[in-house]
Amino acid sequence: MTPVSHRVVGRRVETADVVTLQLEATDGSRLRYAAGQFNMLYAYAVGEVAISISANPLGGGPIAHTVRNVGSVSRALCGLQIGDTLGLRGPFGSDWGLDSAAGGDLVIVAGGIGLAPLRSVITQVIAERDRFGTVEIVIGTRTPEELAFKAEVESWRARSDLSVHVTVDRATPGWRGTVGVVTTVLPRVHCDPAAIALVCGPEVMMRFTALALMERGMPASRIRVSMERNMQCAIAQCGHCQLGSVFVCADGPVFTWERLEPLLAVRQL
Amino acid sequence: MAGPSGTTLALDGDGLETVIAAVRQRGYTVIAPTVRDGAVAYEPITSAAALPRGVGDEQGPARYRLRERDDDALFGFAAAPSSWKRYLYPPATTLWRARRDEHGTLLFDESAAAVPRYAFLGVRACELAAILVHDRVFAGAAHPDPTYAARRRELFIIAVHCGSPSGVCFCTSMGTGPRAREGFDLGITELLDTATPRYIVEAGSPAGLELLESLAASPATVQDLEAAQAVTDVATEHMGRHLETGGLPEMLQRNLEHPQWDDVAARCLSCGNCTMACPTCFCSDDVEAQAPDGETSARVREWASCFSHDFSYIHGGTVRETVRSRYRQWMTHKLGTWWEQFGTSGCVGCGRCIAWCPVGIDITEEAAAIRASDGRGRGSA
Repeated sequence: MTPVSHRVVGRRVETADVVTLQLEATDGSRLRYAAGQFNMLYAYAVGEVAISISANPLGGGPIAHTVRNVGSVSRALCGLQIGDTLGLRGPFGSDWGLDSAAGGDLVIVAGGIGLAPLRSVITQVIAERDRFGTVEIVIGTRTPEELAFKAEVESWRARSDLSVHVTVDRATPGWRGTVGVVTTVLPRVHCDPAAIALVCGPEVMMRFTALALMERGMPASRIRVSMERNMQCAIAQCGHCQLGSVFVCADGPVFTWERLEPLLAVRQL
Repeated sequence: MAGPSGTTLALDGDGLETVIAAVRQRGYTVIAPTVRDGAVAYEPITSAAALPRGVGDEQGPARYRLRERDDDALFGFAAAPSSWKRYLYPPATTLWRARRDEHGTLLFDESAAAVPRYAFLGVRACELAAILVHDRVFAGAAHPDPTYAARRRELFIIAVHCGSPSGVCFCTSMGTGPRAREGFDLGITELLDTATPRYIVEAGSPAGLELLESLAASPATVQDLEAAQAVTDVATEHMGRHLETGGLPEMLQRNLEHPQWDDVAARCLSCGNCTMACPTCFCSDDVEAQAPDGETSARVREWASCFSHDFSYIHGGTVRETVRSRYRQWMTHKLGTWWEQFGTSGCVGCGRCIAWCPVGIDITEEAAAIRASDGRGRGSA
């Protein structure tokens, strides 16, 4: 699959090492995608990486990717400026399955940069707010400074039809909110066993969040998590992202915890 | 095998030469076994004279030697070190190229390489099975691989039913050989019951039949067909290895923490030789190849191995940090999870991974060792 050239039409520095890029195809084409899917982003002469889409699929605006600078490609992507072009192929993978959650409650739990693919879903839920019951959003970051989408999170907090909880592992001067990992907040969250939970963050955070949600009575089949693995082809052919019999790029990245739990229970599978 | 209806021919050595000529006449590059650097290698040939006459092989764990046979067999050896996969799935393939226009805007060009028309001569049943496995991996995928699909479409396969299994062979265990049953255009059995070898040739496809009917040769007799069947019947009795496949995926699945994985990890060098020699291993890296002038940059797919430390690398570390976990990934994939992914075993029983493992790790022995103490390594996945 050959990438499509995309131009950076918006750029926002989220934190010290996170940038959101808004992208439009230079040939005018529009990408149709669902919240939770990802694209392969290409930085010229450096390489490709798999990055979740962080924009509202129904928004009609430019596609958005929120990139954390952790390697050579993501560093190059974070360094792109408005007007620069990159390559994009996709969308790939499974999505959050928001349609199947319609009519019920949502519990959305994000850890760190895991908020990016969930921002896609949160913005869609806001756009279609009356399709869903109660919506609980839990966001955890290491420090207050590492919270991405700050202004948006504030606007979500201001809404009466969302319940937003932000917690940090370590407070810094000026922080008046909760301190502790996301699971310390979960007991306070409205959590109907019939709700659907959407979870994205570091693997260990997702494991403990799933356990905490199950303690609250949610079945593993109603907990959806988004996995990260080494992805190079994104079409189940390079083999890098295998986890047991699963190709995370094509069968995932979104899985039910019911499917994933036994796979993650085996160390280094 | 076809009946003595005239569609199965009996050829002598010169007749085999006419087959090669007829294939070449149809625009194919013939790839066939030949001897190179003390080993059998599948290379382009233009004449039967290039085939390894009177050459046999001896294969065992970490062992491969050519030997002289006491006959003039042209196909008197088992699986060659390098499989056919490099012709359909080349070790390096340019996927696409990126360049910038005068405004600096990135442009992408699909790689448009010419599609070679190959005729493989001398494909063993196990190797044919491996090609059918790759058909599922590359051509049957949601996004078919264009290079593989194009080369595969043009491919003409001349199978040679195996009469010379080696010490590492176990195609009978995997149900893939020694007689090829499907997927070939022509199927040949080499008969060594006369002073010079004879070749019983059957058609396996319309293209094969068309070619066969163009040859001026006498049809095989009932005796020829019986002799051809006997060749593979005898081969069946001479498998160097055996792998018990009953319930194998499930057996491995419930032994993901078996102590045998530690045992094999203590021997495995994690060199990846088995994955390079394996005719079905398909993993690859996408790497960046920037042109020296800086004007263009290409995305190149290269063979990779799940034994590499960084194969499963994600930000924060490598998922499969230990050799134990990497060998386990390779073997449980090959013999187990491959079924769920592609509806077939990933192992065809060619034995290459055994011969070309520098420390002689034997996949059949490792699987047997786990089965011998089934249940000592509970795995929940």
